[in-house]
Amino acid sequence: MNAQAPVFETPNADAADSWTVAGRRFTSRLIIGTGKYKDYALNAAAAEASGAQIVTVALRRVNLSDPSQPMLVDFVRPDRFTYLPNTAGCFTGEEAVRTLRLAREAGGWDLVKLEVLSNTPHLYPDMEETLRALKLLVSEGFSVMVYCTDDPVYCLKLEEAGAAAIMPAAAPIGSGLGLQNRVNVRLIVEQAKVPVLVDAGVGTASDATVAMELGCDAVLTNTAIAGARDPVRMARAMKHAVIAGREAYLAGRMARRLYADPSSPLGGLI
Amino acid sequence: MIPSPRSSSLQLTLNGEPRAVAAADLAALVAELGLEPRKVAIERNLEIVPRSLYSQTVLADGDRIEIVHFIGGG
Repeated sequence: MNAQAPVFETPNADAADSWTVAGRRFTSRLIIGTGKYKDYALNAAAAEASGAQIVTVALRRVNLSDPSQPMLVDFVRPDRFTYLPNTAGCFTGEEAVRTLRLAREAGGWDLVKLEVLSNTPHLYPDMEETLRALKLLVSEGFSVMVYCTDDPVYCLKLEEAGAAAIMPAAAPIGSGLGLQNRVNVRLIVEQAKVPVLVDAGVGTASDATVAMELGCDAVLTNTAIAGARDPVRMARAMKHAVIAGREAYLAGRMARRLYADPSSPLGGLI
Repeated sequence: MIPSPRSSSLQLTLNGEPRAVAAADLAALVAELGLEPRKVAIERNLEIVPRSLYSQTVLADGDRIEIVHFIGGG
């Protein structure tokens, strides 16, 4: 028998599903960092494998003693990836503004990542200074994606101050501990009218999936990929993890129950 | 020992370090340092200089110049 194969409707989720930040639309829900890689070539290979359309970058002094050393822009090319300049290393609003003005001149766009960290071993954001810096940047015309703690009250203040996206930490930067407070992240997602991204603390693919299942718009990760034994393979895993979490969120998970509910019918037993 | 200054050399603070340069303007400085203008951003005395104005930006003794670029970061 060679009956005609049944035709199933397969909705093209990739084409339909996208998110928008500051007027820019993206189909990948994974943003990756470009720090801590062995070299820029490996970084570029991981970026390609991840399917990410946005990469975070830092701004630093050019090494004038060796101007021929490799440059990020020659590997992770700005014509292939949207650069998201960060303010890592800035501890005040004024430092953040100065850094991002230079980044705007170097790259020519206004979409930036604000991170004003505390000078502590956990590097959690200094939220008072973060909020102040955000207001300065918004007044300068920047579209600011804000790294923050997972405090829903502060997240609301950031949104009211004009944040383009809210990016609560899952756990300390580079810790790989995964999402520590699902309740808070879910509360932040529920209240936010701008995109919510989990940023920092993702350790492996399942952490990214959990964040997406909670309804986050995207996930930002750096060390989980750069610090994996095989960064390119982990980048690929993260790509699928984010898609899986998003699909599960959209599918709507089943209700939890305490006791078993047999999957095979009990009637008609022989 | 301070390198013997050429007739037109300027003493700058370049990325935090003292440096004597022959360049008279920013465009010449970028060339002297072997940098590609489209890959850097420059601040002169805490003011950003747009790339289009490098050749019109005349350097002066004591100028504090910061030249930055994008590197890997999270």
